[in-house]
Amino acid sequence: MRNTFIKYLTECAATNEKIVLIIGDLGYSVIEDFQEKYPDRFYNAGISEQNMASMAAGLASEGFHVFIYSIANFPTFRCAEQIRNDIGYHNFPVTVVTVGGGLSYGNLGYSHHAIQDLGLMRLFPEFTIASPGDPIETKMCLTHLLEKPGPSYLRLKKAGEITYYNEPSIIEPGIWKEIKKAKNNKIFLTTGGGLHLAQQIIKNDANFIDFGIYTCPIWGAKFKYLQQDQINDFQEIITVEDHLLDAGFGSWLRESITVAETHLKIKHRALDLNIVGRVGSEEYLLKKSGF
Amino acid sequence: MKTCFDSSLIMAKEIRSHSLKMVVNAHASHIGSALSMTDILAVLYYNILKINPKEPNDPERDMFILSKGHACVSLYATLGLRGFFDMKELLTYGKNDSDFMNHISHKVTGVEFSTGSLGHGLPFATGKALGSKIKKSKNKVFVLLGDGELDEGSNWEALLFASHHKLDNLIAIIDYNNLQSLTTVAKTINIEPLYDKFIAFGCEVFEVDGHNHDDLLAVFNKAITIKKKPVVIIAKTVKGKGVSYMENKVKWHYSTPNSEELEIALNEIKNA
Repeated sequence: MRNTFIKYLTECAATNEKIVLIIGDLGYSVIEDFQEKYPDRFYNAGISEQNMASMAAGLASEGFHVFIYSIANFPTFRCAEQIRNDIGYHNFPVTVVTVGGGLSYGNLGYSHHAIQDLGLMRLFPEFTIASPGDPIETKMCLTHLLEKPGPSYLRLKKAGEITYYNEPSIIEPGIWKEIKKAKNNKIFLTTGGGLHLAQQIIKNDANFIDFGIYTCPIWGAKFKYLQQDQINDFQEIITVEDHLLDAGFGSWLRESITVAETHLKIKHRALDLNIVGRVGSEEYLLKKSGF
Repeated sequence: MKTCFDSSLIMAKEIRSHSLKMVVNAHASHIGSALSMTDILAVLYYNILKINPKEPNDPERDMFILSKGHACVSLYATLGLRGFFDMKELLTYGKNDSDFMNHISHKVTGVEFSTGSLGHGLPFATGKALGSKIKKSKNKVFVLLGDGELDEGSNWEALLFASHHKLDNLIAIIDYNNLQSLTTVAKTINIEPLYDKFIAFGCEVFEVDGHNHDDLLAVFNKAITIKKKPVVIIAKTVKGKGVSYMENKVKWHYSTPNSEELEIALNEIKNA
């Protein structure tokens, strides 16, 4: 995903001169091409996420669409207030980009587990959340964010993800995309790494063979109002995400509900609280979460 | 620059009077902080900044960012006096649904950036200065910080960056009144030797009497000629400057003058 992101951003920057990339001293062997092609639109802020976020707001106020790039908890939790006040409140076109979504960096320890980041970022009402589930969806999300510049969060996993889309299509914010048709009017609704997890559930458990898979790659507080109508179309919905249920995607969907009875048909698959603070490979920690 | 005032000194008196009236009208705090930076604002907005109130978003304008957002009344008054909006609007300060919030608000014409939490202005201004450089604009970015605010690490992160990238269009002014929330800066978290710290961070540093208009004018004119380094101006100021009973008193970080105190303050300013 991160390779798709940087490759496509580099491609887009050829014609979109507003794109500026700031990294938080991360991206070795990933960002060099952008850096070489656009030296005056590439900056390494060093290891200083607070400055990076406020500075991005300043640059954006000068007309640029600024991408700040780092590992999941660093450009989010470390500079949460800068994101809230300087970027969100002023509505500046800054896209916070993170790699290592979910447990991608499982062995690196709790500091690197991005399992609460969606909870933080979806608290800011101006922010569009983009959490793609495969490389093609990553490209689709970036296309959307460039077409509608504003405060946004692009949450990527790492590298080597399986591709589930056949070809790119247009994403409408808050609107679900069908990946696998349901035979029983029951679906998994995923975001981010949840797409892969839902595929695995269907593959490994015959009880879910007839379930459909949908993704909601672009969401956030602004798009809750679109959810109830889509929920109404299905008999059962199981949200799947590589994030804690607390304040995550499934909770967002539940908060979106405007018809009380709907609660009964929504279920969740998310990371279990027992993995908080544990260290291990992504596969191991997912297993401990019941995946 | 044409204004309706004969000098920045007269403008400063007007800023002080209006600031006091606004604080009393809204029963607000932070008058001491606002009076502390008034002369800096008067000289900047009377003599230095290339701005056009009729085109507040002119891309070639100089920019001023107030990082110590709680001192907003004197900036609101300054912008009103410079014609960015009708002076009557100042009366809405601190009222329900007013754009004139009790911390500086970008919803007010002429205000570049909202602050309120400290340590945001300098990093933001650094981004603006970088943006100007990328666009090859000739404008300057001024940012005013409090002294206590220097406790925030984000300021030092920004200075590292600004210095590394030789952002000579960035001019930071420290309103060094040596009082913060509870007591003096020196007794809270000592920031000295401040001059040496900024030098060590790669800045061009000036010290100035923050209430002497001739000296302020001279230092600003010098600052805008500096090349290859960000500039820091340490302005020695007095909290509550211009109102004798407020000067150097922590109390006026919080208290609102009563009508009698307001009268005394306005008279002192008028007769100064």
